[in-house]
Amino acid sequence: MSIKLEHLNYVYSQGTAYEKKALKDICLEIPHGEFVGIIGHTGSGKSTLIQHLNGLIKATSGALYYNGENIYEEGYHMRELRNQVGLVFQYPEHQLFEIDVMTDVCFGPKNQGLSPEECKQRALEALQLVGLKEKYYQSSPFELSGGQKRRVAIAGVLAMRPKVLVLDEPTAGLDPKGRDDILDQIAYLHRQSDMTVILVSHSMEDIARYADRIIVMNKGTVMYNDAPKKVFEHYQELEKVGLAAPQVTYIMHDLAKRGMPAKTGVTTVEEAADEIMRVLEKKE
Amino acid sequence: MDMVQTEKLVYEYEKRDEEGNVIGMSRAIDEVDIDVKEGQFIAILGHNGSGKSTLAKHINAILVPTEGTMWVNGRNTSDPEELWNVRQSAGMVFQNPDNQIIGTVVEEDVGFGPENLGVPTDEIWQRVEDSLKAVGMIEYRHHSPNKLSGGQKQRVAIAGVVAMEPKCIVLDEPTAMLDPVGRKEVLKTVKKLREKKQVTVILITHYMEEVVDADKVYVMDHGRVVMEGTPREVFSRVDELKNYRLDVPQVTILAHELKKRGLQIPDGILRKEELVEVLCQLN
Repeated sequence: MSIKLEHLNYVYSQGTAYEKKALKDICLEIPHGEFVGIIGHTGSGKSTLIQHLNGLIKATSGALYYNGENIYEEGYHMRELRNQVGLVFQYPEHQLFEIDVMTDVCFGPKNQGLSPEECKQRALEALQLVGLKEKYYQSSPFELSGGQKRRVAIAGVLAMRPKVLVLDEPTAGLDPKGRDDILDQIAYLHRQSDMTVILVSHSMEDIARYADRIIVMNKGTVMYNDAPKKVFEHYQELEKVGLAAPQVTYIMHDLAKRGMPAKTGVTTVEEAADEIMRVLEKKE
Repeated sequence: MDMVQTEKLVYEYEKRDEEGNVIGMSRAIDEVDIDVKEGQFIAILGHNGSGKSTLAKHINAILVPTEGTMWVNGRNTSDPEELWNVRQSAGMVFQNPDNQIIGTVVEEDVGFGPENLGVPTDEIWQRVEDSLKAVGMIEYRHHSPNKLSGGQKQRVAIAGVVAMEPKCIVLDEPTAMLDPVGRKEVLKTVKKLREKKQVTVILITHYMEEVVDADKVYVMDHGRVVMEGTPREVFSRVDELKNYRLDVPQVTILAHELKKRGLQIPDGILRKEELVEVLCQLN
């Protein structure tokens, strides 16, 4: 069970004056159950890449294998793929449209052909998973706060019980608590089920905290594809392509430069605190 | 001199049911008193729905108070006669760069504001050039805004406001949609504007790192100002901020954590350089 991209290319407006190569020779493998972070500057190809994962965009050339089957082969069941790979777009709350929260979350399963009872069951489950309080289930989605709306939108995708959950900047514009709540919830879901999670984000701190592996996109190519610690070691190269490392990584590098024998491969606050304590205690 | 001042500012709006009948009032701003001096850099923090954007919209009279008063550059925003003066004093930059750019060429977009103010053509060109230089985008003057990165678009949007020569610029989450370097570009531009043109800046953001240089921070919750002070004062109160759904910069969390583990570290560390300095002395 995995997603595999082989020499995938995508060209926008091919053959016109606006032709633009958005993805160039992408080779990637995402094993089932992994939590993958995708980072890259605006326009690096992240969003184009993830739209390939459930067949919304068809590659200009190359292949995409889902569980070993090439999705571009004739007769491939695209509908089945879309049931299994759930995509949460940027600002997903703009896509809410139903009269109440419950009906909105039921929309996905309804389109999967499930009975009204099953839809409701799935919706209840999904709304509990995203942690929305029951008193809002009958409210109009438009009366909710930004963070709540976003949870409803994510629940709408979860209700389809995807095997792979792809989220494009799910925390943009949310306050710090809303951001942590949503990411903690996603991490919890990931631990509870065997779901693959693919998270696109501009927050290096968030990616460092949650992802097992980071894919760095730059100008339509994969620049790095490695564990967070390894990727953020290249912080100078990342800056050149519009990115950065988490603030604590910079602190560790500065300490090392000032002669403190601290390891620099640190990406979270806890690790930084442990490492600093280790160095200072050793000293005493 | 006061640039922005409010006295018991209240903003209420009507809640309506599906048929459009009024079913009650909702108070988005609740007796807010703020005081911003000319040339200051002020940050407003608060969770989604805390009222910070509603307050910001009062500063250039997109909204006017239900009760209480707001003065911008000494003018009462509730006075319809003063509307244009208020809007010339305070310019706004919003979150989404794509919603703010209307021109098909960068310089045309930047010229739109002053043109609407009735500025003579020669002066418009002068202002366009000056403001594009101020945000570091002059080499893109003949480009189409569509092809710019998010950070560049936001700088063009800022140039468009600067060209109207406001005394005060309000930025409502200008970096929320940008990548890290885009975010840095925008902040650097704002800093430069303050130094070169002595513009008063009011920044609304969810990124705690962006406010460490502010002269003063206001924290809003349920339409009220619940904390105010220098960044150091405000960020020393980590637990209180968490209650308001906010956070502190990562370096401040690390300093807090190290202190809990017994290191001699002062409260309210805001910049990585400060922490590195303290730790090197301990080493």
